[in-house]
Amino acid sequence: MAQTLDEAQVLHVARLSRLKLSPAEVKRYARQLSSILDYVAQLQEVDVTGLQPMAHPLPLHSVMREDEVRPALSLEQVLANAPAREEAFFAVPRVLDEDPGGG
Amino acid sequence: MSHDLTARELRDRIVAGGLSCEQAIQETIEAIASWEGSLHAFNCTFPDSALEQARQIDRRRADGEPLGALAGLPIAIKDNLCTTFGATTCSSKMLANFHSPYQATVVEKLLGADAVIIGKTNLDEFAMGSSTENSAFGPTCNPWNTRCVPGGSSGGSAAATAAGLCAAALGSDTGGSIRQPASLCGIVGVKPTYGLVSRYGLVAFASSLDQIGPMARTVGDAALLLQVIAGPDPRDSTSWPQPPPDYLADLEEPLEGVRLGLPREFTDERVQPEVAAAVRQAVEFYRGQGADIVPVSLPHTRYGIAAYYVIAPAEASSNLARYDGVHYGYRTAHPEDLYDLYAASRAEGFGPEVQRRIMLGTYALSSGYYDAYYLRALKIRQLIKRDFDEAFKQCDFLVGATSPTVAFELGAKSSDPLAMYLCDVFTVTCNIAGIPGLSLPCGFSAAGLPIGLQLLGPAFSEPRMLRLARQYEKHHDWHRRRPPPPPHATARTPA
Repeated sequence: MAQTLDEAQVLHVARLSRLKLSPAEVKRYARQLSSILDYVAQLQEVDVTGLQPMAHPLPLHSVMREDEVRPALSLEQVLANAPAREEAFFAVPRVLDEDPGGG
Repeated sequence: MSHDLTARELRDRIVAGGLSCEQAIQETIEAIASWEGSLHAFNCTFPDSALEQARQIDRRRADGEPLGALAGLPIAIKDNLCTTFGATTCSSKMLANFHSPYQATVVEKLLGADAVIIGKTNLDEFAMGSSTENSAFGPTCNPWNTRCVPGGSSGGSAAATAAGLCAAALGSDTGGSIRQPASLCGIVGVKPTYGLVSRYGLVAFASSLDQIGPMARTVGDAALLLQVIAGPDPRDSTSWPQPPPDYLADLEEPLEGVRLGLPREFTDERVQPEVAAAVRQAVEFYRGQGADIVPVSLPHTRYGIAAYYVIAPAEASSNLARYDGVHYGYRTAHPEDLYDLYAASRAEGFGPEVQRRIMLGTYALSSGYYDAYYLRALKIRQLIKRDFDEAFKQCDFLVGATSPTVAFELGAKSSDPLAMYLCDVFTVTCNIAGIPGLSLPCGFSAAGLPIGLQLLGPAFSEPRMLRLARQYEKHHDWHRRRPPPPPHATARTPA
């Protein structure tokens, strides 16, 4: 299996990660991530037959609480850190093109 | 001078009226003023509100009201703990102006015990790093030698505690981020058993590995702080449901007939000779105290860093997906469209180490690589856990070096991510298995830099682990040494 990342793969992973990289950054991350993956590749030599994956260190199970109304953050608190807002909403750039004929 | 007192002594003196809380806090503010220019341990401090709180505590004492377990103590907290006062930045440009609408459970517990939160400390951005150089606001320096790093990621808390800029501090530990800086700064740091301390309000890095813990100048002070912050929390479904035991009651009692395991994997050529020698002397001390020294093996330790750098980035890539430039945090100035808003905000808001780990984790979880990386790392996690289970059948605690080296110079490892990752070679397996670990001072290098001893124990063995550490501390005076005065500092005015 591949233990290096080429620049096309870095661009793909950066897109999945929603990170906008410059060409120089793509080059640098390709080199650094390849060196880390090369080190991580030693995991391939371990025999993992029959092992259960351990996602969590505690033998705890999700618990349900009573479905009661409790105090929650106010609208103002929720929006207080928003980079841009309009009235009671988070504002983002237009997603759909304007369609003057639509309706 | 309050720096020469332990936190417990300072608290007792304040409660007894021998020293006003206001004076203790004033001294701390002056110590911060004389050190901060050379250390940069804090992202922000709260001198005015701290003094106001101190005067309230003094008034309550004068009125005969009962005071809490941390009454009047100046406590520093890592800046990845949410507070409704000041910003919660994680030392990231992404959160530079983030003001949390809610408070971490541990912060509520500190305030409930009458602690005075003096400031929020610097860290590697989002707690990702081992030197505090990955902070968007500039590195923290080590008070023992300001050309050296304090370790990380809780480097600000470690430096502040070592330099006497607080009575004790909170850090967080995902792969060694409390213990390694504690080691490099010559203080005590405890990574509690996973689940012992609520993570509610700790900005998430790797949720199955993160734990909050105390950093202090003595074992007793760490135990005091742990007592306050431990315990179940309905707001953290991974917090352990049992109430914590009393960590201070038997602290002075030495452990009889304790069996200490020496993992052969913790003594290799990567350990600096001075560090290895200090650890050997500590082991000989315990042997002289009647401990059985048992050679043990943790054969999968060698895969610890590799497994960690799959699991932690995988969890991080998921946890940090929330920073989208929409709901809170940094937003790019001129996005072309919605995708660009996300991608440019994240690229401008996150530093290089955070971006590396997000991409590494995204890759490990991506289609075609999930089984080979993430799932395989989780299976090896099981093997690492079994290694500890087997070792703890032969011994009660494991002993070794916390860090293979003493503090290194700023910049020495910053261009080589993998070299930085290997700083945590003896600390990550503890988080992977969810067990508790503790670092305490056990010597100094010829150059005057602190060396740390790491103790590891089975889940929820903190009471005995703290006693074991206290047993060593009682017969040594490393913890009484103080860093030299800050360079260029004007003499402190006597209070």
